[in-house]
Amino acid sequence: MDPFIISTLASIVANAAPIIYASIGETLTEKAGVINLSLDGTILLTAMASFAVAYNTGSVLLGFLCAALIGALIAGIVALASIELEQEQVAVGFVLTLLAADLSSFLGNPYVNLAGPYLQQQPFPLLNRLPIVGDIFFNHNLAIYGSFAVILAAWWWMAKTQPGLRMRGVGERPESAFARGVNVFGVRYAYTLLGGALVGIGGATYSLVVKLGWSHNHTTGNGWIALAIVIFGGWDPWKVAGGAYLFGALRALGSALQRNPAFVNVPTQIFATAPFALMILFLALTSSGLTDRFLELFSPGTQRRLERLIRGRGPAALGKPFQRD
Amino acid sequence: MKPERKFWQSALFWNVAPILAALLFTTLLMLAVGAPPLRAFVEILQGAFESPQKWADVAMAWTPLALIGAGMSLTFAAGLWNIGAEGQMILGAICATWVARNVTLPQPVLLGLIVLAGLAGGALWGLLTGSLKVYARVHEIFAGLGLNFIATALIIWLIFNPWKPERGATMSGTVPFPEAAWVPRLGNTRLAPLSVVLALIAVLAAYFLLKGTRFGLELRAMGKNLRAAFLQGIPTQRHTLVAFAICGALAGLAGALQATAVYHRLIPRISGGLGYTGMLVVILANYRPELIPAVAIFFAAIGVGSPRLELNLQLDASLGGVIEGTVVLFVLLGAGLRKRLGGARPPSTSEGS
Repeated sequence: MDPFIISTLASIVANAAPIIYASIGETLTEKAGVINLSLDGTILLTAMASFAVAYNTGSVLLGFLCAALIGALIAGIVALASIELEQEQVAVGFVLTLLAADLSSFLGNPYVNLAGPYLQQQPFPLLNRLPIVGDIFFNHNLAIYGSFAVILAAWWWMAKTQPGLRMRGVGERPESAFARGVNVFGVRYAYTLLGGALVGIGGATYSLVVKLGWSHNHTTGNGWIALAIVIFGGWDPWKVAGGAYLFGALRALGSALQRNPAFVNVPTQIFATAPFALMILFLALTSSGLTDRFLELFSPGTQRRLERLIRGRGPAALGKPFQRD
Repeated sequence: MKPERKFWQSALFWNVAPILAALLFTTLLMLAVGAPPLRAFVEILQGAFESPQKWADVAMAWTPLALIGAGMSLTFAAGLWNIGAEGQMILGAICATWVARNVTLPQPVLLGLIVLAGLAGGALWGLLTGSLKVYARVHEIFAGLGLNFIATALIIWLIFNPWKPERGATMSGTVPFPEAAWVPRLGNTRLAPLSVVLALIAVLAAYFLLKGTRFGLELRAMGKNLRAAFLQGIPTQRHTLVAFAICGALAGLAGALQATAVYHRLIPRISGGLGYTGMLVVILANYRPELIPAVAIFFAAIGVGSPRLELNLQLDASLGGVIEGTVVLFVLLGAGLRKRLGGARPPSTSEGS
């Protein structure tokens, strides 16, 4: 295979990793019935904080840990406000988005455009020697391999384990889960904090792995894309990951076209924003009535399978507060 | 016998405590990074109110927030999240710019046309968000965001291609409009009284629509329970579209006025995040249109005062946004805490094992 294609695919895999952490984290949170809308701000703040910590301590690992903690902390505010204080989740999440973004600019000001530590390359033993596949997937670093593991673990947990089943129950019908003795609030806290920690790791994956260092609004927009991808992927870890890779491919395509002399007159900002707009367009198309007409062209069996492939239903109790009595 | 209310149960306490807590939080934050908190607060206040010019600047910054807030009081009443106000502002500014560049008319007529163009451009973009929600079942948050990205790409393309200055396009925008398209200013300030009047009319109209008309009543019914409203025979889809169109129109007007009254040209960052700040205004006003003008003054003052932090204290101006966000967050948390402590719910017992 052409080395250029292989290196492009490898960079798509790497660049999708932060989005995968964030969108898989949000999938877990939403499956338990809570919306954490703060992703765009959380990613900015954790990207800044992890770089600052790594810069001051020299430890990339501490950077990742700190990012996970901050991500969980912000998610904890969403959980606290919605579970204990019965405030609207979306409102609290939105305010936190803006607040965390401004905090990242304010606190990150001294770290703008500094060169600092980053996660070193670490070929995956044995698997990196596979032809093609090895170069695309296994010639990166621990954070990228971690993104594969997170997809696999989320799918296994949700589909195959007892606690995963309980968590889905809490997101679908909290009343019946409660009647069966499930601690609804406890489950919601746990997955909101876990999801937030993963979002934080996603933020650190930007500043310490795929978009090194810190600048104002370093990652703006990616959190919103991660939120959109959760819906696009129908709350299914594999399809969510597919959405993240699709978005990565769109961005790679954008930067390839940008280098093409035929587009020299088009401002670079267009190529930077187009993937975001396209991603939303995909979301619109897959959920629209047009897709229904398209599906009607197929036999009922194929129709069902295609429908399952492109569309998912959100947890029934998503975003709704649960009252014990 | 009525139990005596303690101070911490009074309304005064619950109105003041979250704001004090927010100020305390930002004070600690500044101490943590070695910045002088008292001087920072004083700089912001001086930057906003030290001279008549500054007061005029605050009124100028107040205008778009009041316009957007008025529009969003309608969408929020119906339970809709119009996160696309940024894009709607941009479209309003683009349409107004087209008129300003291409139409030659006596100033009053031209300004009237510019206002209409801004309203129309924003309404169109708002309607697109609403249509995506109603006809394609895309959640309005993502429809609005997607359209924000498209509007950003569009305005940059316009500034860098068809509307680029002869000396070459830059991020500083188009050449200034002909003077007939400038909204007249008060004396030597940057304040255009016409803008303020339009914003006041918008707030009053939003209040009247919500509180005094059947449409407003039905919007609020949708916000309380969409399904019940639909079953009652309220045309929820049409109302959704109308609410988005009105909110978009007012945001579009705000964009048109930013271009023709404030900058006198089209710049890439014409919306400047005001669409998002406008949402904070409405959330802090607890979604009540009558409180929007006062709350918008607070945000406008911080917006005008905080650039001074960079000049005099070498602090990033985003501290202003941090203060705004913290105040809104703590007020939300405070409202929840008050409800919780108010005794509405029995003390929680341990839940299922």
